[in-house]
Amino acid sequence: MIQVVGLTKDYGLRRAIEDLTFDAEKGEILGFLGPNGAGKTTTMRILCGFMPPTSGEARVAGFDVVDQSLEVRRRVGYVPETVPLYPDMTVYDYLKFMADLRHLKDAEERVDNVLEVVRMEERADGYIANLSKGMRQRVGLAQALLHEPEVLILDEPTIGLDPAQIRDVRNLIQELGKERTVLLSTHILSEAQQVCDRVLIINKGRIVTEDSPEQLQARLTGAQRVVIKVQGDTDGLQDLVQRIPGVTAVNGNADGDFEVEIAPGKDLRPEVARALVSADYELLEMRSVGLSLEDIFLELTREEPAPPEVTDQDEEE
Amino acid sequence: MRNIWTIAQREFRLYFSTPIAYMVAFMILLVLGFIFYVNLSAAMLQGFAPGMDAVLNPLVTLMLFGVPAITMRLIADEQRMGTIELLLTAPVRDYELVVGKWLGGFLFLLTLIAVTLIFPFVLNKLVDPGIDQGPLLTGYLGLILLSAALVAIGVAVSALFSNQIAAFFATLGVLLVLWLIGMPAQAMGSVGGGLLSYLDFSNHFYETLYRGVIDLADVVYYLSVTALALFLGTMVIEIRRWR
Repeated sequence: MIQVVGLTKDYGLRRAIEDLTFDAEKGEILGFLGPNGAGKTTTMRILCGFMPPTSGEARVAGFDVVDQSLEVRRRVGYVPETVPLYPDMTVYDYLKFMADLRHLKDAEERVDNVLEVVRMEERADGYIANLSKGMRQRVGLAQALLHEPEVLILDEPTIGLDPAQIRDVRNLIQELGKERTVLLSTHILSEAQQVCDRVLIINKGRIVTEDSPEQLQARLTGAQRVVIKVQGDTDGLQDLVQRIPGVTAVNGNADGDFEVEIAPGKDLRPEVARALVSADYELLEMRSVGLSLEDIFLELTREEPAPPEVTDQDEEE
Repeated sequence: MRNIWTIAQREFRLYFSTPIAYMVAFMILLVLGFIFYVNLSAAMLQGFAPGMDAVLNPLVTLMLFGVPAITMRLIADEQRMGTIELLLTAPVRDYELVVGKWLGGFLFLLTLIAVTLIFPFVLNKLVDPGIDQGPLLTGYLGLILLSAALVAIGVAVSALFSNQIAAFFATLGVLLVLWLIGMPAQAMGSVGGGLLSYLDFSNHFYETLYRGVIDLADVVYYLSVTALALFLGTMVIEIRRWR
């Protein structure tokens, strides 16, 4: 449903995303997990035809986002992070307007239908200006569902909601994800774990890792990484360390050092040191470093961002 | 085409729920009524028959200030609220968005102009045997052409900003420059002067349509300005995407 290859976007001199490659299947809920400013919104905006990438290619529902932008936009439902709505319209009029822009034949029927899905029938004639954040979120979602899109793109769908509303929205997304492809972004790890079939961790514009939520959890808890520096000959070192029970991976890095990943729950540093010395390697340095994922993980596990962001709309209301 | 109409309808309706539009309409009609009354009294005292100039002249000047207020919101506010993101991710072409916005503003201005038809109606009752109908018709034709061009410029400028006030003053600036650009023409003479007076917004109105003459050149001028402004507005939206 979604295929992305080598996607890069620059804003002037700043590179927002770099060489992203991923795909999403039909009926899959793919989570985009990353701290604020990681490039999640940029990627989503490219995928829904809001802006073109600097380089790379993206296809949604089989159509190229640049060359066949209109076709893509016909098949995608998108809810931006700020859920922009017209405050001076009623919920019904707004949805009718968006339905008309999409040339839906039975526009009125569709509007009634999506209002029911998001349970907003009672507020249909109320002005959007008077809605709470949670209700606005639901109206945004209703708008994205009007044309029964094959792909739903939701940017931070639960940000700024209270716990009950968050649960509602998550349930709704899971419901919707049964027959559609859903791409949702979040900076909350537990949310990604609850809702998504697969999670992409993105940081500073790059994909850090990709896995199922369960695998990710296992990899993130307690894994340890040790960097070793050896003088002179390093032939065979990788194999030697790899054979130590509990070592999950050994990788050489750019400086000629080696990074040893150790399974959770053990401290294998003495064993590694002993093995190296007894094999006559000249061990210069050995230090424990956090798994690179862990730094991001720390960011992500800060459950809620401290102060809610104040946007223009909030000020206006 | 359908999208243009959908967007234009929404804009048109929205004018009737925003205070700015009412204030602009109120300001224009009030000042117009006042000047009309003064002109009428003067005509009666001095014993000459008042003509359409009693209405057209002040109305055109007021439009210069009223149009930026009507158009400033059109795209700038979408950009401020972020709703532009919805329109640009809906299956709507960029030009449909710009033309739709223009049509909405244009229709509102036409409604406003239609209200002023009450003045020639009064004049026709007062003056015997009625005022000269030729300049009345061409004058209003001129107003319609002028409105189309003014609103198009307003929409294009509005696309540049996400702040309504900035859009207002920028539009006002552009309109005043276009309105007065012919002034140095007399001093300059030669080709440069000719060019300036051709570009001048007011010349194409006051020299012909205002006096009851329909010159195809003027019609073409206003229509080209409208088309060019809408094209530039579309370009602005497109460039914003690529930024």
